Amino acid sequence: MTTYIYRRLIQSFIVIILTTMILFLIVRLMPGDPILLYVSQDEYTRITSLDEIQALRHQFGLDAPLMVQYGRWIWGVLHGDLGKSIFWGTTVWQELKRAMPVSLFVGFGAWIFSHSIGIVLGVITAVRRGKWEDTLLTTLANLGITIPNFWAGILLIYLFGLHLGWFPIQGWVPPWKDFWGCIYHMILPWMCIAVFPMGGGIRQTRSSILEVIRQDYVRTAWAKGLSERRVIFFHVLKNGLIPVVTLTGMSVPQIFGGQVLIETVFNIPGMGRLATDAVFAQDYSIMQGLSLMMCTLVVFTNLLVDISYGWLDPRVRYS
Amino acid sequence: MSKTESSATPGPSQSVQPRRQISGFKRFRKVFFGRPVVLVGITIIFILAIMAIFSAWIAPYDPYEQNLGRILEGPSRDHLVGTDTLGRDVLSRIIYGSRTSIIIGFMAVSIAALIGMSLGLVAGYMGGIIGMIIMRLIDAMMNFPMILLALLMAALLGGGMTNIIVALGISSIPPYARLMFGQAVSIRENDYVLAARSLRASNIRIMLRHVAPNAFPPLIVMMTMQIGGTILAEAGLSFLGVGIKPPGAAWGAMVSEGYRYLLTNPELSIAPGFCIMLVVFGYNMVGDGLRDALDPRLRGTL
Repeated sequence: MTTYIYRRLIQSFIVIILTTMILFLIVRLMPGDPILLYVSQDEYTRITSLDEIQALRHQFGLDAPLMVQYGRWIWGVLHGDLGKSIFWGTTVWQELKRAMPVSLFVGFGAWIFSHSIGIVLGVITAVRRGKWEDTLLTTLANLGITIPNFWAGILLIYLFGLHLGWFPIQGWVPPWKDFWGCIYHMILPWMCIAVFPMGGGIRQTRSSILEVIRQDYVRTAWAKGLSERRVIFFHVLKNGLIPVVTLTGMSVPQIFGGQVLIETVFNIPGMGRLATDAVFAQDYSIMQGLSLMMCTLVVFTNLLVDISYGWLDPRVRYS
Repeated sequence: MSKTESSATPGPSQSVQPRRQISGFKRFRKVFFGRPVVLVGITIIFILAIMAIFSAWIAPYDPYEQNLGRILEGPSRDHLVGTDTLGRDVLSRIIYGSRTSIIIGFMAVSIAALIGMSLGLVAGYMGGIIGMIIMRLIDAMMNFPMILLALLMAALLGGGMTNIIVALGISSIPPYARLMFGQAVSIRENDYVLAARSLRASNIRIMLRHVAPNAFPPLIVMMTMQIGGTILAEAGLSFLGVGIKPPGAAWGAMVSEGYRYLLTNPELSIAPGFCIMLVVFGYNMVGDGLRDALDPRLRGTL
């Protein structure tokens, strides 16, 4: 088991380095000049002469060759310095620190909500296959994976926010300031984010449990006369849930920055919004810092998922 | 005991009724067209295709024609879904938008499937160092949330239909590569591959002639399902303002434009979004039907 972990650790490390290098290149290759964007954003900016633009460029190190820039950035990262945002002037770490807890809260809440309910419902549809619960839930699940989530957001805002006035239509209240206010604001976004994974979870759980139910050992358990609850909980679930757990684990990376659309619709200052704003402002520093952070988080969670998968299914460890 | 009643196979009379053999194709047809939901999906796709091909004949107005005297009208007899902020007829824009969605969906999926399948095939069949490197790269790509990758690439290349197709295509590669890799790894253990190798068939020939065709069924299912996902992603990108920008008629961009006028003209956002949902639903249901029909283990059961 430990060799498996070591192997995955080393591979994860390589993956992080590769990804950041590729993203660095992509970001620098983008057309447009961040310094010009910064200078032209505000008509009251005093910097207009070419010399001062050059000075700004030099300050951000953008006039050095690419490899040097990359080297400098890596050096800074190893020392805990992610650089300064070109567009907003704050340090990258400050922006990340601000945005990350928001995204984590929103994404994690939705993840727990969607997967716990999704798996339970999926088991129900599999066990009650062919009956009305199955048809109803499967149809809902199919709807869930087809609705564009930003449109669902707009629809929910229209129905519950504007017409019925039950929920606030946008915004973010930090949970440490006002916990229930935060939850109140989060209900609509959570529902929107949860719709797609719930639908997918129900379908996936249904198909994998149906597969397991056909197996001979389950038939033996029935033949032995075990109660339905024992058969399902003991024999079917343990094996049937393996693919579901993998899928659940693979959707964890979505929490970190995959919520761009919902954050835009509901005006939540999370990492997804930060990424979009940075892309539009061509703020290299933030884009790099953000991608490094997300890449690390994603790789780390994938590593955890892989390790747990190796623990759950012994066949994987020896491959 | 009783005589056999079946007329298809005359044979020695037994107490067991001999089964009629159904050909593979007939079984496929029976399962595929068996579920009503799949039929609904097929109808939707068909209607969409008609809408896209014959847009010029179906749409009541020119989707780009502005009419600043009649902006932001609600649904009326003239304009069945109303007009947008520049007086353009929303219904016509929706009809023309179907073209954008179909083209982007198909092309992006084709690109992703082509590149992904080739990579997966080579990695799976050759194995070794090449396989490992390729799959590690694919894993690295898979780590990143797809929409961010597409966002980055779209920002890099700029807007416009071709660039969006490339961006979406490239960000969709990992699932195909992975699937093909798994298929190739298991198919190459088969006897017919061994037979081909013993006849000195070149690796490329084996890959293209023996491994790839046998790997197809799950890949076709994946391609169909991914069309829906790609259309959703394109809508999302246009919504963010990175994809097709107005005056181009794209459903995602229309939802984004209408977002500001939600109180007064909700149909501006709701109608195009509903179309997106319908189209994705159609493709997903057809993909489901294909998967049920092609899966050898299920053998046509549900």
